[in-house]
Amino acid sequence: MIRVVLPYHLRTLAGADGEVALEIEGPATIAAVLDALEARYPVLRGTVREHGTLKRRAFIRFFACKEDLSNEDPGMALLEAVVKGEEPLFIVGAMAGG
Amino acid sequence: MLMSNVRLLIGTRKGAFILTSDGTRTDWEISGPHFAGWEMYHLKGSPIDPDRIYASQTSGWFGQLIQRSDDGGKNWEAVGNEFNYVGVPGTHKWYDGTQHPWEFKRVWHLEPSMADPDTVYAGVEDAALFKTTDGGKTGRELPALRGAKGNLWQPGAGGMGLHTIILDQGNPARMFVAISAAGAFRTDDGGESWKAINRGLKSPYELPDPDAEVGHCVHRIAMHPARPDVLFMQKHWDVMRTDNAGDEWREISGDLPTDFGFPIQVHATEPETIYVVPIKSDSEHFPPEGKLRVYRSRCGGDDWEPMTKGLPQKDCYVNVLRDAMSADALEPCGIYFGTTGGQVYGSADDGETWTAIVRDLPAVLSVEAQTLP
Repeated sequence: MIRVVLPYHLRTLAGADGEVALEIEGPATIAAVLDALEARYPVLRGTVREHGTLKRRAFIRFFACKEDLSNEDPGMALLEAVVKGEEPLFIVGAMAGG
Repeated sequence: MLMSNVRLLIGTRKGAFILTSDGTRTDWEISGPHFAGWEMYHLKGSPIDPDRIYASQTSGWFGQLIQRSDDGGKNWEAVGNEFNYVGVPGTHKWYDGTQHPWEFKRVWHLEPSMADPDTVYAGVEDAALFKTTDGGKTGRELPALRGAKGNLWQPGAGGMGLHTIILDQGNPARMFVAISAAGAFRTDDGGESWKAINRGLKSPYELPDPDAEVGHCVHRIAMHPARPDVLFMQKHWDVMRTDNAGDEWREISGDLPTDFGFPIQVHATEPETIYVVPIKSDSEHFPPEGKLRVYRSRCGGDDWEPMTKGLPQKDCYVNVLRDAMSADALEPCGIYFGTTGGQVYGSADDGETWTAIVRDLPAVLSVEAQTLP
């Protein structure tokens, strides 16, 4: 199971309580995690990545194991600790300043 | 009439609020925040099914959602969030004069149909008009609007948003929209074709060409349903009027202390009674002299009287945004407006006296009044 931590607003939008655990079939990548997340919570389609292009929305970040994965290839294999469920994948709203 | 109730749908920078009262409009219940922390640009109920309410929920991080309630705002369902321009989006004029691709950002205004609760029009930024016929689940652009010289439209400082949609109950094929900073447009064939209706508008400080067909910064248009050919406009500067559905406009600013402002509202039962909130200037978005005054004209413009009772008459430096004024349908007419300081003011006597229904909401983006049986 891959553990995903959603930002507050997406948790409330999805009605998710705490972390989300997702079973991934095939290679565990950010794209595969987002596919599974959107399949579980269709309301999140378009909120993390854009409709159509599936590009990460500009102010969304992906962190795991103290690394910023936001600009990595979404098809890249996730770190082993994330795949094993030892560490979560964080989906984060970027800092806004102010 | 006292058996009627009034419900105010308030969109703010940090959530939505619903204010309800009986027909006396003296005691109000406040519910919210709904969608706490989200920008709620606009909420509006169906004219034929008032408990069917649509809401524009938006975020710089997470994008746009359309929420729908079928029970007057107690429960909500996120029904759709995909807005795709038809075909190749094309380009419009950018701040530096170059052409820039159309990019969807958010929904500014929702206008439910007068005939079908599942049909809603959405005005969006970058400016375009969308229509749903399945209660908000899916939508389709009416692309002919952007063919009305869209390549010459240019965003104002607040973005290039389609903020006003007016439907004509007696003529479903006719519709008016307004865009900042492109101007006003009319369709007479249900959106298949559009005509810029900006003749008579003068914008010498923003648009040197006095005959420019598009490019005017229209802030708001209002119409009384009984007089569909008469429109009132608050432009960036100037309050305007047309008596022929926009074919020609004339200025009615008259004796206003300043003719800059954002909202304009028509009385529910007196088609020649209109309301504006003068703002000092485009550089100073607050009331002149720190006095919050609603100005009312009972003769369709030119002659205006200040409505001040109950409104702060010193040290007031809030703004009132374009979608943040509304009227109920009771007698006397209730007029309501919200401020960027988080106050929602209401008058239950045609604007003569005002009270703050609530004082400390987030900045108010929109106010819609519903008159309920």
